[in-house]
Amino acid sequence: MADTQLTKKYFASNAEVKWCPGCGDYAIMNAVRQGMVAAGKPRDEVAIVSGIGCSSRFPYYMETYGFHTIHGRAAAIASGVKVGNPKLDVWVISGDGDSTAIGGNHFIHAVRRNINLNYVLINNKIYGLTKGQYSPCSEMGQISKTSPYGVIDYPMAPLKVAMGLGATFIARGLDAKMKLSEEICIRGAKHKGFSMMEIYANCVIYNDGAHKQLVDKAEGDNHCIVLRNGEKMIFGNEEQFCLVQDGFAIKAAKVADVAEADILVHDETNAEVGTLLAGMRPDNGLPIALGIIYAIEDKKTYDDMVYEQLAAVKAKRGRSVDDIMREGHTWTV
Amino acid sequence: MAENAKLTSAEQIVVKFTGDSGDGMQLIGNQLTALAALDGNDVNSLPDYPSEIRAPTGTIAGVSGFQMCLGDHKIYTAGDAPDVLVAFNPAALKHSAKFVKAGGIIITNSDSFTEKAMTKVGYESNPLEDGSLAGYDVKAIPMFTLVREALADMDMPNPAKDRCKNFFVMGVLCWLFNKQQQLVLDFIQEKFGPNAKKPKIQIAEANTKAFKAGLNFGETTIMFQERYDMGAAQIEKGLYRNITGNDAAAIAIAAAGHKAGLQPFIGSYPITPATDLLHLASEFKDAGLVTMQMEDEIAGICSAIGASCAGNLAFTTTSGPGLALKTEAAGMALILEVPLVIVNVQRGGPCTGLPTKTEQSDLLQAMFGRNGDSYMPIIAANSPADCFDATFQAAKIALKYRTPVVVLTDGYIGQGSCPWKVPTMDELEDLTPYVNFWKPEDHPGEEYVSYKRDPETLARDWAIPGTKGCQHRIGTLEKDETGAVSHDPMNHHNMTVIRKAKIDNLAAVLPEAEINGADSGKILVISWGGTYGAVKGAVDRLIADGKSVSGVNLRWVWPFPPNLGEIISKFDKVLVPELNMGQLSLLLRAKFLVDVQSLSKVQGDPFREYEVIDKVNEMLGE
Ligand code: SF4
Repeated sequence: MADTQLTKKYFASNAEVKWCPGCGDYAIMNAVRQGMVAAGKPRDEVAIVSGIGCSSRFPYYMETYGFHTIHGRAAAIASGVKVGNPKLDVWVISGDGDSTAIGGNHFIHAVRRNINLNYVLINNKIYGLTKGQYSPCSEMGQISKTSPYGVIDYPMAPLKVAMGLGATFIARGLDAKMKLSEEICIRGAKHKGFSMMEIYANCVIYNDGAHKQLVDKAEGDNHCIVLRNGEKMIFGNEEQFCLVQDGFAIKAAKVADVAEADILVHDETNAEVGTLLAGMRPDNGLPIALGIIYAIEDKKTYDDMVYEQLAAVKAKRGRSVDDIMREGHTWTV
Repeated sequence: MAENAKLTSAEQIVVKFTGDSGDGMQLIGNQLTALAALDGNDVNSLPDYPSEIRAPTGTIAGVSGFQMCLGDHKIYTAGDAPDVLVAFNPAALKHSAKFVKAGGIIITNSDSFTEKAMTKVGYESNPLEDGSLAGYDVKAIPMFTLVREALADMDMPNPAKDRCKNFFVMGVLCWLFNKQQQLVLDFIQEKFGPNAKKPKIQIAEANTKAFKAGLNFGETTIMFQERYDMGAAQIEKGLYRNITGNDAAAIAIAAAGHKAGLQPFIGSYPITPATDLLHLASEFKDAGLVTMQMEDEIAGICSAIGASCAGNLAFTTTSGPGLALKTEAAGMALILEVPLVIVNVQRGGPCTGLPTKTEQSDLLQAMFGRNGDSYMPIIAANSPADCFDATFQAAKIALKYRTPVVVLTDGYIGQGSCPWKVPTMDELEDLTPYVNFWKPEDHPGEEYVSYKRDPETLARDWAIPGTKGCQHRIGTLEKDETGAVSHDPMNHHNMTVIRKAKIDNLAAVLPEAEINGADSGKILVISWGGTYGAVKGAVDRLIADGKSVSGVNLRWVWPFPPNLGEIISKFDKVLVPELNMGQLSLLLRAKFLVDVQSLSKVQGDPFREYEVIDKVNEMLGE
């Protein structure tokens, strides 16, 4: 199929989109469609798997094969789809509740296997579909229907978890930064291996201002840094801040206060620094890392290894089902 | 001298081996099973594991067992009370002596009856000497002494020599049952000889010597005055091998995939007693079988559903608690209407229950263990060999009706073994007609509609990802015919009715239930799954005694065979023996409004024929 035919519209179904006006999911859907265009597969070779949650309605809005499944299990189902037919471009759309609470186990092991899925974790730090309960990604003190006096669970950092599992691609986007989300989805779509894309989104109804610190017009860019491979780690609405090494850690500094050579340069293949970047938080005096935090291409994918092993055993043992049936002691009556 | 020991002909012999769980009871049991089968007998066997892999040695909790029945006729179970018990140590004797038939033979290793070993299991005096086993024919053989003597010239440590006692016992039994020694010698060579997968020449030699010492012991000692001879059973002609139910199911999965022209796929998670199935299936990579060992039971079934959605022939394998975890996902396969086979090797429940013991208590779970109105077909394998056919049939129905199907086996038939008439792939039914993926080229001018149905089977049209121009969305929310989410009350009502009708209609094409015995009479005994053997054996004997009793075995447990209601109506009373508290009885009462009597047993052990016979006689007032 000619590339020109692969447009965002080509991937849009004609189902009526039912998210609340102003929901962050709209921007993310746009970015995902852009990612699919970049992946270059015709829409009948694309499958989207989702769990349950507001964001999990996603497949209905996409003119691809789509499976809207059960809460938390999308990663496991998508793993079966991908191994079942590795030629497919398989996407998972999940929310923070779906991925890190009920589906935590599947999310963890899908990352660990480095199975070639494009995994979009839309993080609005709340359960939207069930009308506003806190999730494992909610902040301490957050008020929700089930935390009327404030959350007392420490939040999870999914990307930091992913680094601990040997992830090969982690990136973080923000619904308000549409261009960045598109870039992330494009790179994620092209990445061979598990592409872990966390995209911060707003829930206008149950957690409005979920990421207000980052989207604030005046101050927002002082609390996040957009990482670009090979570029210096400089941020701030006037590019007045930077990141420098601090023993085995990273600290923020004013550009004016440090030697230029001391400013860290982003190397997206450095796993140790990637882990530190993934865990940065404003309450530790560090900006939230956005962009492609870590990406390596040289680790084999699970799905490739499945088929390599099938071929290797076939070459070595080469039994047919008839042979297998006749193994061991047989006798004729 | 026993050279002139009397040769008595036997119709069937039940043998039980017990020893420490690390002592190789399953191995020796399987060897005798193979030996008898190769000699033309019919055989049925039942391993009996403790739940800890290596419970403390020499304790009752650590006793591992293996029971088998060999006969010159069709053998349906591993037998009732053992005629011969081989108990390798005091714990094993204490554990199993009580099961032995009155007057039966008990062979034991007298060298293992040390003060310490006896005290450990609470023997105050030596049972081999104190007369407490007076009702039995006890053969106390100093096995370590004799084996060490036989291997005196071999450079091996004593513990290694002592391990050869199993082949010594095989020698004794080979002589006692008048079997061909060459078969065992060949087996030792195959397993340990120079051409073995992992040759162990010294062990081959030691085991051969120990085996021959056992043979000679039988021949020369005065201990045995009688030996047994058994004719070959009348068995259908063909190629046979001995197989466990778990292995048979694993092979069926590979076979069904090939016959359907689809990649066979298992998404699973280890659980006793279903793990052996996954072990064997994991070796079938060369036959194109994909196995994914997932992070949990839920992921096991979910990966299988994903693979099914992608057009594989997908299976998940589990046991009771695992089936409970798969509940929601099984409902997903059901509402998505994609093929899936769930193989459940039942074990003692509830919850963790008795993992290594058999039970049939997941029937109602398979039947009702999902939210919503969610019927799915259930097939129950009735013997180890039948696990092949049941799994294969389940795959066919899953494909044909686009539905999840549950295969119920149990610890008894999953781990037990019997001879299997090996089919050729050519003989097996071609499953490709049931795959029938929707492709635009087969339907010119038509649009793909995901829940449009075949008017006869009600199976939906199924297009898999990768099919040109057929991209569509399906999901677990209620939907209309187009697959679009629908909250319309009448639509939900209609879809629920259709999903149920699809399964109900299946009954019309299922094979009719066959009656063992007269088609009317006083008592009908209904078996399902693993109770088949004991009920068949019991009913045969009751009929031979002139009792007005017949039997029926249910292979498809849901829906019921089409003629079952009519069969039931022709008997005064219905008896259902089952290894649960009356689960099939409940279904039969509900469906046919008949006063079914239940014979329940939940002792981790299959029914014995006499238990069924006693109950029938009680019902007959005799
Ligand atoms: S409830 Fe929140 S997350 Fe859900 S659609 Fe509305 S804005 Fe989006």
